[in-house]
Amino acid sequence: MPTLNDVLVLLPEFYLVAAACLLLLADAFMKPAQRGALHWIAIVVLLVATYMVVAGQPDATVTAFGDMFVRDRTSEILKVFALLCTVLVFIYARPYLLDRKQFVGEFYTLMIFAVLGVMLLVSAGNLVMVYLGLELLTLSSYALVALNRDSPLSSEAAIKYFVLGALSSGMLLYGMSMVYGATGTLGLAQLHATATHGAMPHLLVFGLIFMLVGIAFKLGAAPFHMWIPDVYQGASTPVTTFIASASKLAAFGMAWRLLETGLGDLSPYWQPMLAVLAVLSMAIGNLVAIVQTNLKRMLAYSTISHMGYLLLGLVNAGPEGYAAAMFYAISYALMSTVAFGVIMALARAGFECEEIADLKGLNQRSPWFAAMMALAMFSLAGVPPLFGFYAKYLVLQAAIDAHMLWLALAGAVFAIVGLYYYLHVVKVMYFDKPVEGGADRSTPDMPMRVVLSLNGLALLVLGVYWGPLLGWCRHSFGIG
Amino acid sequence: MFNHLLSLLIWLPIVGAVPVLLAGSARPNAARWLALLFMVLTFVVSLFLLPQYDSARGGMQLVESQLWIASLNVHYALAADGISVALILLTTIVGILVVVGAWEVIQTKTHQYMAAMLVLEGLMIGVFCATDALLFYVFFEAMLIPMFILIGVWGGPRRVYATLKFFIYTFLGSIFMLIALLYLYHKAGTFDLRTLASLPLTFTEQAWIFFAFLLAFAIKVPMVPVHTWLPDAHVEAPTGGSVVLAAVMLKVGTYGMLRFILPIVPDAGAHYTWLVVVLSLVAIVYIGYVALVQDDMKKLVAYSSVAHMGFVTLGIFIAFMLARGAGDVDSARLGMQGAMVQMISHGFVSGAMFTCIGVMYDRLHTRLIKDYGGLINVMPWFGFFYVLFAMANCGLPGTSGFVGEFMVVLASFKANPWIALFAAFTLIIGAGYTLWMVKRVLWGEIHNPHVAEMKDINGRETFVLLAFAALTVALGVWPEPLVRLMDSSVTQLVQQLAIHKI
Repeated sequence: MPTLNDVLVLLPEFYLVAAACLLLLADAFMKPAQRGALHWIAIVVLLVATYMVVAGQPDATVTAFGDMFVRDRTSEILKVFALLCTVLVFIYARPYLLDRKQFVGEFYTLMIFAVLGVMLLVSAGNLVMVYLGLELLTLSSYALVALNRDSPLSSEAAIKYFVLGALSSGMLLYGMSMVYGATGTLGLAQLHATATHGAMPHLLVFGLIFMLVGIAFKLGAAPFHMWIPDVYQGASTPVTTFIASASKLAAFGMAWRLLETGLGDLSPYWQPMLAVLAVLSMAIGNLVAIVQTNLKRMLAYSTISHMGYLLLGLVNAGPEGYAAAMFYAISYALMSTVAFGVIMALARAGFECEEIADLKGLNQRSPWFAAMMALAMFSLAGVPPLFGFYAKYLVLQAAIDAHMLWLALAGAVFAIVGLYYYLHVVKVMYFDKPVEGGADRSTPDMPMRVVLSLNGLALLVLGVYWGPLLGWCRHSFGIG
Repeated sequence: MFNHLLSLLIWLPIVGAVPVLLAGSARPNAARWLALLFMVLTFVVSLFLLPQYDSARGGMQLVESQLWIASLNVHYALAADGISVALILLTTIVGILVVVGAWEVIQTKTHQYMAAMLVLEGLMIGVFCATDALLFYVFFEAMLIPMFILIGVWGGPRRVYATLKFFIYTFLGSIFMLIALLYLYHKAGTFDLRTLASLPLTFTEQAWIFFAFLLAFAIKVPMVPVHTWLPDAHVEAPTGGSVVLAAVMLKVGTYGMLRFILPIVPDAGAHYTWLVVVLSLVAIVYIGYVALVQDDMKKLVAYSSVAHMGFVTLGIFIAFMLARGAGDVDSARLGMQGAMVQMISHGFVSGAMFTCIGVMYDRLHTRLIKDYGGLINVMPWFGFFYVLFAMANCGLPGTSGFVGEFMVVLASFKANPWIALFAAFTLIIGAGYTLWMVKRVLWGEIHNPHVAEMKDINGRETFVLLAFAALTVALGVWPEPLVRLMDSSVTQLVQQLAIHKI
């Protein structure tokens, strides 16, 4: 029987469900003139949820509903950053949506449901819960991608996303059923106890492979990356930002839950598979990104490569590696919000600012946002002293500690390849002359300007002061 | 304050970049004066290094160490020995001259130019005093960003190609160094350079790490055959960028060799000395010939930089040969000392050469030798300085260019007369390409009507050239203080060479 205690453990989640439902109702009954308030209400809702997560942080791991739900430090950190990224998306989205007359309540409700999915997913203690959280997240995401229904590109992206997503969910579910067949349990903790080398390895490994497909799809690791470029390009930029930030945190959480807390003993099997995925992602992501002319599509391929780097941390299969991968996920989320944020800040009605050529000469027209974009690009490329460098450094270290020097070397080689297209963006902004019809003035929306600036400067500040964040990540995996 | 002298030197110019940027494009003069103010302040602070650093005691002094990342045992650790002090002084002096040199030359986005210079200055000082490998790496790599912007925004027509090549080339080398450092951290659990120096490593490990380090630093120096980015970067860079690049940034490569290759992988270094010596000789002889046929002045001086830096690498690795092979520690010291003096001297001479070319370029907007001729008729004062620096560039006794090269040649004679023979070739080739350029640019009849209209150097340019000239001559006539400043540090380095780690 669920007790009050169970409910208290899930308080932030229950609160978000209630708030999302109320927002939906409010949207239906509000007069159009008052709709603008929805934006601020949604932000407050998320900030309160963040506060509840932080304030209610347990000292030790707490479980609820018969181990279905686990609240531990790792999940708390991921939740906090997922919520904050969503807040950023909301702030950046408002002028963008208003300009395009797409400012609708559904956007906020769906976003909140999606982030709720993230929270359930990263706290899952049971395979069913993993699936539930994942579906809540992805179904909301499909709808969000399709929200811009007049655009054929968006519809195409949504259909592709949906079909491939459904396929991968099926794979994941199939894998879960195999694992259940081999071990007779769905709880991750029991799974960890039973899923050892001895217990019917063939069936287990068979299930593991299918689950890995689901994880790789969610991360967007090659060769399961096909949906990423189309979705990134086709979705409206705020939705892309969400998929590139909060959703990636969720993907890391899911990978960690399934692979470590569930099938940790099978790491000799999944390590090499992840290594292959990592190399493929770094190679395909970085090489294909070079030839892109669409900025959002280029960032999509860059995501693929970054997920390859994130996998380097997971390959380590130890607490240090997980901490490195989590650090990577957080850093990637923060960097991508800056990059997409600048795109939104420069976009205006009828102008998406999504071609790289649109940024030509940005330094002359909007030096501040050119600088923010440059910070994001150098950070994504992994140039010190920016945040992204330390993330890369940690995952490379994790690969070396796992005695996979070759993997670290591959990571290094593809970092050089990747450098080119990030520098190309900087080149376009700083060295080229402005053109007619390119990005000229940035959004006048003050909250967005301020928050985006802070977001961008954070990449520099965290490049110097990254110790505490790393400390939290490591602490959450039980190392000092 | 005195406990944080090095930190102050690093952060003063970097923080100074903020008000310079805030001055904005509307007030270029404010940006110029602010930049000059911070450069001068940094220089004044760097002068305090001289009384603070006890050159008789040697070793790492002015130590600052603060835990940066507790969970990884990474420290914000700074310290300086005589070599660092000399290089930091070089950096702060060049910093002032570059700002003065760019005064009227940089008319667009002046504030961004000055801010980039200030940031670059702080980062370069950081490289010269970091004693934590990760911190070193951060400074080492971060330098690329302002330089990338400097070349790309204010450079010549092919600037985009040049600056991308510069960035990617350098990044390529250093990322493998990062892997090597991570491997060392994996073994030692720390990035502290002193601990790494005493870390036992097998020969195979040393060899791989040696090549990772060598690639990173050889690209930076640059050594043959990875020097191809340098002529492009120099030709396209604005004058100030070229000066900083040649005068200070190249030294980061050889400085890195001293701090990383020598103490951490001495056995591999000794084993592969022949490789570096051969590459250095190729740089000195072959690149000298390459310089001879250039028709672009900047390219010519860029190639001559490669040749002169060949002396630095030669001096460093000759010391290996002498200390390990013959056990001749005194000659090893001589070679090392020569390399150090050459580093500082080349900083001044190449900086001055690029400034001279900048002065001509500002007037005629061409760097091709054939467009000039007879310059001495209209610019006598400029001609005076140009000839002086040209003499220093070919190593005339009495100028700083002579001292270092002479010491290196002398030391290499002890190691192997053949090496000395090839190294001494530079005196002929160097004189060849430099003096031939002087002849074609300065002497003879004026055949280009635009040359006839050129005005002699103004007060600002005179100041910059006079400063370079004073330093070049002072170092040539009286190198004693510089040698003494670095003496005990060099001795310690040479002693380290003899230690086997296997």
